[in-house]
Amino acid sequence: MSDYSSDENEGEFVLYRNRPEWRDVTPVKQDDGEEPVVAIDYTEAYEDCYDYFRAVLKTKEVSERALELTQTASYLNPANYTVWQYRREILKGLNKDLNEELDFIQKVILKQSKNYQVWHHRRVLVEWLQDASKEKYLTEAVLAKDAKNYHAWQHRQWVIKTFNLYDGELEYIDTLLSDDVRNNSAWNQRLLLHDKGGLSKNKHVTKFCEELYKSGNHSPFLLAVLVDMCYEQVNEGGGDSVYTLERAKELCSDLMTKYDTVRAKYWQYMIDTIEKKAREGTEDEAGSSTN
Amino acid sequence: MEKKLYLRNILDIRKSKNRTESYPTKSSEEQSDVEDSVLKKYEDLHIKLKINPNLPELLKEQHKKYLLSTIVYLSHAYECLDASRPWLCYWILHPLSLMGVRLDDTRKSHIVKFLGKCQSPSGGFGGGPGQFPHLAATYSAVNALVILGTEEAYNIIDRKKLQEFLLSVRQPDGSFAMHIGGEIDIRGAYCALAVASLTGILTMDLFKDTAEWIVSCQTYEGGFSGCPGMEAHGGYAFCGLSALVILQKGHLCDKQALLRWLVHRQMRLEGGFQGRTNKLVDGCYSFWQGGAFPLLYSLLAKDGNTPQDHLFDERALQEYLLICCQSPTGGLLDKPGKIRDVFHTCYTLSGLSVAQHFLEEIRILGPSKNGIACTHPLYNIRPDIVRKALLYYNNLGTPKQENQTGNM
Repeated sequence: MSDYSSDENEGEFVLYRNRPEWRDVTPVKQDDGEEPVVAIDYTEAYEDCYDYFRAVLKTKEVSERALELTQTASYLNPANYTVWQYRREILKGLNKDLNEELDFIQKVILKQSKNYQVWHHRRVLVEWLQDASKEKYLTEAVLAKDAKNYHAWQHRQWVIKTFNLYDGELEYIDTLLSDDVRNNSAWNQRLLLHDKGGLSKNKHVTKFCEELYKSGNHSPFLLAVLVDMCYEQVNEGGGDSVYTLERAKELCSDLMTKYDTVRAKYWQYMIDTIEKKAREGTEDEAGSSTN
Repeated sequence: MEKKLYLRNILDIRKSKNRTESYPTKSSEEQSDVEDSVLKKYEDLHIKLKINPNLPELLKEQHKKYLLSTIVYLSHAYECLDASRPWLCYWILHPLSLMGVRLDDTRKSHIVKFLGKCQSPSGGFGGGPGQFPHLAATYSAVNALVILGTEEAYNIIDRKKLQEFLLSVRQPDGSFAMHIGGEIDIRGAYCALAVASLTGILTMDLFKDTAEWIVSCQTYEGGFSGCPGMEAHGGYAFCGLSALVILQKGHLCDKQALLRWLVHRQMRLEGGFQGRTNKLVDGCYSFWQGGAFPLLYSLLAKDGNTPQDHLFDERALQEYLLICCQSPTGGLLDKPGKIRDVFHTCYTLSGLSVAQHFLEEIRILGPSKNGIACTHPLYNIRPDIVRKALLYYNNLGTPKQENQTGNM
């Protein structure tokens, strides 16, 4: 164990306290107080590295060795936001080549892809560089391993919106959905590209749903969408829509007793709610006709 | 009033297996595997019931022992949480308090002093001594101190500095960064509102436009995402809803859509909750999703739609937690096959608490000694403990007023 590059070169890891270039620095122990609680039994390498990190933080040292130290510290605990924040201060202070840092954080992200700090570090670098040319590729590499990784999607949405990189997104989503049509993250991304409107007023949607229903499909998700359409239409006064209170009652009863019993109480609640909406609707009408 | 709940019929559970509609994908295959492992747990229990009709039992003594041991010592496997030590305190203290464990004053004082070491000179708390202040660390430290509830615990929070820290991470659009230079998401808004309201330093200036920003995180599915445009997610939905309720602006979100999204996160066979559509059940969402229900009930009641009953299946949730999430040696976990940790122990027991309480009623699956205390859904701390802290800090007044009296 040493730093991220240790996979490639198998050099022996030397504790910071045994490194000649750190001889001038007095390590700073963690101050947990006299009676520590939730105390972690750190490995020797962890404690050694963080003793020096605390020393550097205390003197606000901005140097190549401090930069190297933050690399080890972030490797030992990638969730230590103080380390990453301080590393960014050093990068700025030394005016480092940020493209090198992009390569470095890419390696880290590919290993630690469910971590807030590493993605945030990447985002700050992209902001500083104003160059998002490598971002779609990176998120695709992460999503290839876990197509629902929240951080990767969030980063991807941010670069698409910020740098106007919408081209090709629909095609990319299509490939993900053909791999797994149940990937809800991909569906969410698709919505980023589309307008939203009432379901019950979209003829394509209603036709498709009704045909499915008539073909004998009683998937609870289909029935739930039909209930939503009833709610929408009853709520808006309905008119001659087929999505009525009676239809909602029939669907909810089927859901309660046959297709979705775990949500029985919710479906009863939906009947009550839609009934109440319908009653309010007729009262409004009665009210307006007398005026 | 206490009501005893009974297990679901095993035949019904078997029937609720997910249908892949002859079109299996990665999501449905993973789902089927989990259902198989969960169903096996339920089948096993029905065999054990013939020997011990008192099952399923909450292994309180084991959980207490596990939690108490972690206050003192954590192995190096916890190094990844070295920047979350106030969280560790909260994750341990809260489930202990739900199970009615009282710590002695010396132990309490040790924890207070340690959290004091995590407090930053510039206000707020860091993930450990000497670390930069962070909103999540601040939230968990404040929650832990409120649970400890001693004069020493209340007074260790520098409220004036805390207010300055909150102001330093506030963004012009009303959202909050987790730390100076850190990421911005809905957790920030919730953590800031939770600590500000608990310690009596909430001002409308500090949270101008925050409600509108949060509402922009409600997605077409009905839940909330981490930031506008992203996918609805259980943890973020809890943050969004709680934050709106603290601001007394719950009416700004689409309640009906949120309710629909929430109820559909309860898994048909498992009985527990998933965090997102077509993801797997995880015991921790028992609280993140489950805890949103009582908040939503209060909003629906304002519209005259007071629910007469829980709107999720509290019996199925208790089944999942008691039968699938307990480690026999103490501690609770995500799902069968996973290992215990303090995070899951905290949120599974919090979810159990939500499932056991509906308004003033108590509904318990298994023997009545399975009962645990109620939790305040805004903060996830016992309501009596919340009230005591609110009273204490409200009597102190806002930090500004303190200064004025000091000058007179």
